[in-house]
Amino acid sequence: CVNDLNVSPIDPNVSHGDNVYNSVKDYKEGLAKIYASIAITGQQGPGGMPDIEGDEGFYNYLRLYWNLQELSTDEAVISWNDQTIKDFCWHTWSATDVFLGAMHSRIMYTVAIANEYIRATQKSDEPEVKRFEAEARLIRALAYSHGMDLFGPMPFVTEANLPGAFFPERISREDLFSYIESELQEVKGLLGEPRFEYGRADKAVAAMLLAKIYLNAEVYIGEPKYTECLNELQEVFNDGYYIPNQYMNNFVADNHTSPEIIFPMIYDGIKTQSFGGTMYLVLSQIGGSMDAQGMFGVQNAWAGLRTTKALVQKFDLDNDVRALFWTDGQNLEINDINLFTDGYAVTKFRNRKLNGDISDSNHAEQVDTDFPMFRLADAYLMYAEAVLRGGQGGSLNQALDMVNQLRRRANVSTVSSGALDLPFILDERARELFWEGHRRSDLIRFGQFTDGPYNWPWKGKSFEGRSTAAYRNIYPVPAQQLIANPNLKQNPGY
Amino acid sequence: QSIISGTITDKTQMGIPGVSILEKGTTNGTITNFEGNFQLQVTNSESTIIISYLGYVTQELKVGTSKKFNVQLEEDLKALEEVVVIGYGEVEKSDVTGSVSTLGEKEFIQGVTTNPQDLLIGKIAGVNITRNGGAPGSGSTIRIRGGSSLGGATNDPLIVIDGFPVDDGAVAGLSNPLSTLNPNDIESFSVLKDASATAIYGSRASNGVILITTKKANSSQMKVNFDNIVSLSTPTKFVNTLSGDEYRNLITDLHSNGFSGIDERAIRKLGAENTNWQDEIFNNAVSYTTNLSVSGKLKNVPYRVSYGFNDENGILKTTNSNRHTLSLNLNPTFLKDHLSVNINAKGTTANTNFGETAAIDNAIRFDPTQPVYANSDKYRGYFAYTQDVLEDGSIDPNGAPNTFVSNPVAMLDLTDNRAKVNRFVGNAQIDYKFHFLEDLHANLNLGIDRTNTVGHNNVLPGASWTMGNNVAGDEGGTRSNYTTDTESTLLEFFLNYKKSLGKHSIDLIGGYSWQRWLRVGNNYSRNYNENLVYNDNDWANENFLISFYGRMIYSFDKRYVLTATLRNDGSSRFAKGNQWGLFPSLAFAWNLHNESFLANADQLSNLKLRLGYGITGQQGLNVGDPYYPAIPNYRRSIEGAYYQFGDNYYHTLRPSAYDSNLKWEETTTYNIGLDFGFWDDKLSGSLEGYSRTTNDLLNRIPIADGSNFSNYLVTNVGSMEIRGIEFSLTGRVISKKDFTWSVGGNITYNQREITKLNKVNDPNSLGVPTGAIGGQGNLIQIHSVGHAPNSFFVYQQIYDSNGQPIEGLYVNKSGENGEVISNEFNKYRFGNPNPDVLIGINTRLNYKKFDFSMSGRLSLGNYVYNNGLASNSLSSLYYQTANGYFSNIRPEALDIGFINPQYWSDIYVQDASFFRMDNISMGYTFDKLFSNKLSGRASLTVNNAFVITNYEGVDPEVGNGIDGSVYPIPRIYQFGLNLNF
Repeated sequence: CVNDLNVSPIDPNVSHGDNVYNSVKDYKEGLAKIYASIAITGQQGPGGMPDIEGDEGFYNYLRLYWNLQELSTDEAVISWNDQTIKDFCWHTWSATDVFLGAMHSRIMYTVAIANEYIRATQKSDEPEVKRFEAEARLIRALAYSHGMDLFGPMPFVTEANLPGAFFPERISREDLFSYIESELQEVKGLLGEPRFEYGRADKAVAAMLLAKIYLNAEVYIGEPKYTECLNELQEVFNDGYYIPNQYMNNFVADNHTSPEIIFPMIYDGIKTQSFGGTMYLVLSQIGGSMDAQGMFGVQNAWAGLRTTKALVQKFDLDNDVRALFWTDGQNLEINDINLFTDGYAVTKFRNRKLNGDISDSNHAEQVDTDFPMFRLADAYLMYAEAVLRGGQGGSLNQALDMVNQLRRRANVSTVSSGALDLPFILDERARELFWEGHRRSDLIRFGQFTDGPYNWPWKGKSFEGRSTAAYRNIYPVPAQQLIANPNLKQNPGY
Repeated sequence: QSIISGTITDKTQMGIPGVSILEKGTTNGTITNFEGNFQLQVTNSESTIIISYLGYVTQELKVGTSKKFNVQLEEDLKALEEVVVIGYGEVEKSDVTGSVSTLGEKEFIQGVTTNPQDLLIGKIAGVNITRNGGAPGSGSTIRIRGGSSLGGATNDPLIVIDGFPVDDGAVAGLSNPLSTLNPNDIESFSVLKDASATAIYGSRASNGVILITTKKANSSQMKVNFDNIVSLSTPTKFVNTLSGDEYRNLITDLHSNGFSGIDERAIRKLGAENTNWQDEIFNNAVSYTTNLSVSGKLKNVPYRVSYGFNDENGILKTTNSNRHTLSLNLNPTFLKDHLSVNINAKGTTANTNFGETAAIDNAIRFDPTQPVYANSDKYRGYFAYTQDVLEDGSIDPNGAPNTFVSNPVAMLDLTDNRAKVNRFVGNAQIDYKFHFLEDLHANLNLGIDRTNTVGHNNVLPGASWTMGNNVAGDEGGTRSNYTTDTESTLLEFFLNYKKSLGKHSIDLIGGYSWQRWLRVGNNYSRNYNENLVYNDNDWANENFLISFYGRMIYSFDKRYVLTATLRNDGSSRFAKGNQWGLFPSLAFAWNLHNESFLANADQLSNLKLRLGYGITGQQGLNVGDPYYPAIPNYRRSIEGAYYQFGDNYYHTLRPSAYDSNLKWEETTTYNIGLDFGFWDDKLSGSLEGYSRTTNDLLNRIPIADGSNFSNYLVTNVGSMEIRGIEFSLTGRVISKKDFTWSVGGNITYNQREITKLNKVNDPNSLGVPTGAIGGQGNLIQIHSVGHAPNSFFVYQQIYDSNGQPIEGLYVNKSGENGEVISNEFNKYRFGNPNPDVLIGINTRLNYKKFDFSMSGRLSLGNYVYNNGLASNSLSSLYYQTANGYFSNIRPEALDIGFINPQYWSDIYVQDASFFRMDNISMGYTFDKLFSNKLSGRASLTVNNAFVITNYEGVDPEVGNGIDGSVYPIPRIYQFGLNLNF
């Protein structure tokens, strides 16, 4: 009878850890979790059985990442009073901020389950499983690259660290950069050919991610890597992606048909649900006099996100198809940040198909729209920037051609080589890529995020905007983590 | 016929007056006179007479040829001294060494029809019972000495009904393990409070143990008891809100003052009504309770059968709970009393209509200018806020729904939320007294506790608030079905040896126990048209507890008593190597009044000193994965959580966080007690002090990111210290034949302090936030070192010279630069939900056939966060341009005047000390009605008679200290009629 104490789960949806991976299909389900940990929040959609503790809607990886990258910039403000959310708009966040804590946990959660998965795949000799393993390493590198960008130094765990109640070592930003770089260089050859299966991290994704960390290398390690950046981008350009005629192709319910998207986070109105990701973006955009069903293909309006005039004023509003703003009933000026009608609203992410049809899932609030984490237009603008910053092996003509391809699609005038300078690139990135999760990193790379000359409404908690301290270029190590892990150290300034 | 006579005497040859002499099988009898003499005419020489008198052993004698019966009665020692039920047995009161409080039927709170634990409210020092709202069938939270666990494990006491531990009884549709027990079937409670009393229950004993004994046949005569109660429940207090007219005026004024957000478009949406939404959803409710019990002896089998029916209607419309209970007790003996069997079987069917309690919060917030019903069939005729307007700017009743705000009346009417629970609890205790060694008993206890729950929660199509999670264009509505089956099986065996030799007496027990819990269920939810499945999930889990235990009670000369216990418990919740825990205890009692040096203290009837020490455990996890927290396991995803590769969607496989080193939480308790009685116990009471330390708390704490598969982990971290003093006093002020008056009271002082919380003892650690409030993801409480658990963690409000709070301005407590509200170090800990002092008082008066009783509680130092008020600010009332609806506001929120919510202002944390008169009851007892055989009592009772408090919310008694939209506890008037024949 005493042996009764050695129990094993009897739930049909739960397996003992020693008896999980018995087939390639099992391994594929394990791999799906690594991706899903960025897209959604747990084992039931849109909420239920969450991966991490805390508000399940807030603590969606992509939603957190988006908030940290966008609310802190000229591209977005939010009207809600969710905890300390407005601190991002105001540049007043502190180490005790719950969103920062959740982002840190989310990044390391993806790392930890990738580690566990890599340990498991090492027990298999199946070639397909080996490719799964390479993908898990890539997603882990992606998560670490977010950590490196947002927080600088991070706790460091690999497949060598078994789960428990221990204190991971701290890794410096420089060492983390080297680790991510070497991991990506190593797995690139093990990954699938570009777009061999939609949604999978392939060679092009690895090259794109490498290009991203190289472009920002001066920020991360104080060393320019623009030549390396161009080399990686060249690989991406050889992979058969192209710029479709319609800009909106990238932001609609059937955006999986866009030949431009290099790496999506996939959502589905029925199968892959969340209160984060594109659902959050679509619903938070809608409010005021906007027609939720007619324009966006949903029946609900969260009325949260708008943009500042600093972004609006970068556009040729009459011509640029990328100027996806809603102005009816909206004030350009944000007098009251809590008021949805202050600030132009944005209409970029939609749950209707490119041709205006309703989405296949036709869910009242969950969307089919995938999130374009990497797309070709980004690669084009990165290329132009790396060339302008002195990277070797690229050409200014090619850069000009790429930029003008995007501008022609946008229905705005092309630029001459004389006008193609770094300030233009920063603005063009805002026009082309706003609300896609790049802005904070871009502003930092251009020295415009905190104490530079550039300000926008409500930065520094002032109506017109004012400079903030340079230490805010990286976020603080969450206070909770400093206590939970004595190996960590607070970032300077906090 | 023949006449017999005689004298009945005691051992000193003195005649005893008033002894009953009864001819067996007849009603023919008499009693002895003042000298102890009697005379009785009996049928014939075959007759048997029964001689009985309280406190003496009853004798049966065959008449035969004798005419003269001089009988000496033997004292019944067992009856003379009160026995106290303890774990695995009972002891004489003088032999009790631990902290044990008992409550018999006569002391119960009157008029309790639903929840047995309510019988105890305010009656026992150290026991705090808080009702979980006033919904029909809802239960209470019981805390004995404050609870020794924190966050990761339950603080509920172990409840043992007739020897069957019914812990871990969480079942949908059942409020707690006690809620299927009919209060009318309960004979007594024994509350074990300190470790020396509870340690025999080892790993489940840290939060105290409540032993419940149900009624048994106590006479061979058939007795019938018929009990009827009619109750009227009525709401005591509503939340203050603005009327339609007040609201219209306020909005129009704000508009003319150019208040941000309230524009011309908004004004046009205002309605013309004056709807008091709280009036619309609450009403007075009538409930009925009937109990019928029959007890007696059939052949040689004493039996008691009882049936109870309780139909309770809630003050929130549609809510109801009705319950049928059937209980059977048989306690026959065989083999010349060597084998005794005690069979308990209890069956319950409970049907609960939970209604939609979210309507309560909506009724407080819903726009009072709008009507209940609209001129449209779109939303089943109910008014609903829509996203569209008509040409005149008024709300288009046929527009797309606004799913943020729901018409409270529609919520009640369109929701069908019911569950049916069947429960069977049965156990058989077989006790064998060995032939040739009668001091040795073997006891086998076999039991089973099964529940079956079938429930659904459906919302009809047309319900505006359900149209979000649905296929677009669908008419909304949801269906949700669930089933849960639980089974707990028990096998227990012990040997008991009792022996008295001269001044020495010893009571030894050694046993083994095996208990298994199995839970299996399914949740199936989808939209009303069943073309969209939200969730179809089968689930199951089980756990085991296996134990060996022993106890020795040694007493010398009724003066010194020593109790030692040891329990070794194995729990399946932990991984191999950590499964077993050893829990010892030791206690000593000194009956001072039996000492010769106090022999002359005539006024002193009892004086006893008790000292106790013990270690108890805890494995009752209630967070994370409570059943498999220490082994690696993977969970497959269900609906809505697939991930797409190519054209296919894949389930995902997720590793769960676990701690393979997880082990028992341990609580060490020291207890000192002094029991006293004066003037034949006319005044009696006890004073106790205790100190408890819990180490290796089963705690859910934030962990180092990357170290496991979550950001929180249930692990053994932290310590807590609990100290308390309890004092109780009972006085029989008047005890005359026709007039008795007793007064009782108890005082509980309890303080808990966390002394360690993290793996690393970092002085900079703020602690672990907890306690969800309004807004998304906001928390108001914190567990931190040096403070009580669940302390409120808030900013200190700054006021202007008029005493008006200044919005967003708080004291900088950290001394650091930067925004005060962006830095958690500027918060401070202000109060906690646990009362510092709890005082229970009760009194009972009998004058001839009238009786009167009263029972109330005073709670001091319990703080409450007024969550409803905190979520209510000017911005919450105004027309949210984007979201398109108005929301009512409380006048108090207008007085505070904040435009945006200031959730962490200490203005919302309020001292909620209170006095509640729980119960006032009066009755008239009658006998010899119609015939000699009918007696009974008619009674009038008021439950929850009144509350005195400074707290501004609806009710100051809020278990977790966060006053949200709780189902208010009604005042209940009861008329009861109890008949015995």
